[in-house]
Amino acid sequence: MSEPLYRVDDLHRTYRNGGREVRALAGVDLALERGQRLGIVGESGSGKSTLIRLMAGLDRPTAGQVWFEGTRVDTLPERRLGFLRAEVQLVFQDPRSSLNPRMRVGDIITEPLRSRLVRRALPPDTDHRARLAEVLAAVDLPADAGDRFPHEFSGGQRQRIAIARALAPRPTVLIADEPVSALDVSVRAQVLNLLTDLVAARELTLVVVSHDLMVVRHLCDRLVVLQGGLVVEQGATAGVFAAPATGYTRSLLAAIPRIRS
Amino acid sequence: MTLLEIDGLDIDFGRRRVPAVRDLSLRLEAGGRLGIIGESGSGKTVTALAVMGLLPENAHVRGSIRWQGTELLGLPERDLAALRGNAMSMVFQEPMTALDPTMRVGRQVAEAYLLHRGEATTPARERVLAMLAEVGLDDPERVADGYPHQLSGGQRQRVVMAMALVNSPDLVICDEPTTALDVTVQARVLATLDRVLDAERAACLFISHDLAVVSQVCEQVVVMLEGRIVEAGPVSELFGDPRHPYTAGLVATARLDLVEPGSRLPTVEDFYAERGTP
Repeated sequence: MSEPLYRVDDLHRTYRNGGREVRALAGVDLALERGQRLGIVGESGSGKSTLIRLMAGLDRPTAGQVWFEGTRVDTLPERRLGFLRAEVQLVFQDPRSSLNPRMRVGDIITEPLRSRLVRRALPPDTDHRARLAEVLAAVDLPADAGDRFPHEFSGGQRQRIAIARALAPRPTVLIADEPVSALDVSVRAQVLNLLTDLVAARELTLVVVSHDLMVVRHLCDRLVVLQGGLVVEQGATAGVFAAPATGYTRSLLAAIPRIRS
Repeated sequence: MTLLEIDGLDIDFGRRRVPAVRDLSLRLEAGGRLGIIGESGSGKTVTALAVMGLLPENAHVRGSIRWQGTELLGLPERDLAALRGNAMSMVFQEPMTALDPTMRVGRQVAEAYLLHRGEATTPARERVLAMLAEVGLDDPERVADGYPHQLSGGQRQRVVMAMALVNSPDLVICDEPTTALDVTVQARVLATLDRVLDAERAACLFISHDLAVVSQVCEQVVVMLEGRIVEAGPVSELFGDPRHPYTAGLVATARLDLVEPGSRLPTVEDFYAERGTP
């Protein structure tokens, strides 16, 4: 059997909060195949964000293992994580806080390419200007957007900038943490369309964390439900929606606000 | 008599007169529920703050806001303060910023009560505990004696609702009251709000960017875009047959459950292209 792109084995993460122990993850197993689109859902405090931080190598587990393309990454020193930093990119919830307001958009987008760690994992002849023009076009932003500052853009456009930055090092995996939650409803559709198109065109593996189950249903073919740091249900998205196996998943589905008329 | 009547409301900010609200008119009858939908910057919150008399000093307001027939614009601050928190009250989006982190929860709710009653009336604690129970908090004594940080997000928002309702107001303005909450908590808080508004016979002005949430609470809705109302009507009509391209786009995006996963979603721009700018 071939090795999955991501493998997470019995992952634990415990935080200490003023003498009190908070168990964010309490033994999570997960396998993610190349090209899959995985949605992670659960209430706040269920461990969603902790899980993706560990997968992206932004945090270290208390116990357990994270494997990426057959390499164990949770124990690697930072200087050897360059390949992960290039291949796995993140898009965060709020583009107001994830984009440096003092940097020009062009510098923000090409920053991953200039990182000492990531640079080594990229082809040596990477042309930053050409790459910038290419990713700006990919997210439907004007070519001169690179010369401007984040505050000159609307919320939806800023999330496009964050996506462009994530695309710059040609990642295999895109991890999006609540990618449309902070956006106005009217621009949500645009950003969802953009993500769908990019994932298809670039054959990206997608991980989406969201409390909005309808967003996950739209973007993801697989679904993992977290509760209290444990996976309580997983499977094909359509299957889980049609026949949730646990009461917790049923309660999440029942709570989706619907238009009452 | 109509509870709240707004006519031709214009609001600008600062010396450069940046427009925030333009020619806004609406009516709210006693016990009625009106939703205001729009995105950030469309003027929803500014309108609510104008009703409450809470606009900053650099705001220029023209038009008319009448409360049970009395003009509120130009009313002395003393008279507005008597209304605020008593006849009309407000629930904000972020309960942690609406609550004082250093004060016990019970005292904060009692403060809102005593401010309009004076110290000598019925024991405040009794009223506070009853109110906390009414908004669905299980152990009102323990909640009242605790601090905000000891509560969950949903519990905090219930406390804020208790503060807003403790004086049995005629109008409660809710500004994105559940946006910061988990979906499961949101569903329960909305159900509670619905019940408590009925029990107190209070009218509600419900501000949200979420159509589905508004439809849970309100019968009537207005859609705001760039400071103006672009569409108004009963919830069912407006959602079933939106006239304005912007509303059509909002409704389409809100019905993610109706589209094939992964298919292209219709955007607001599509509806503008299709129907033209009215």
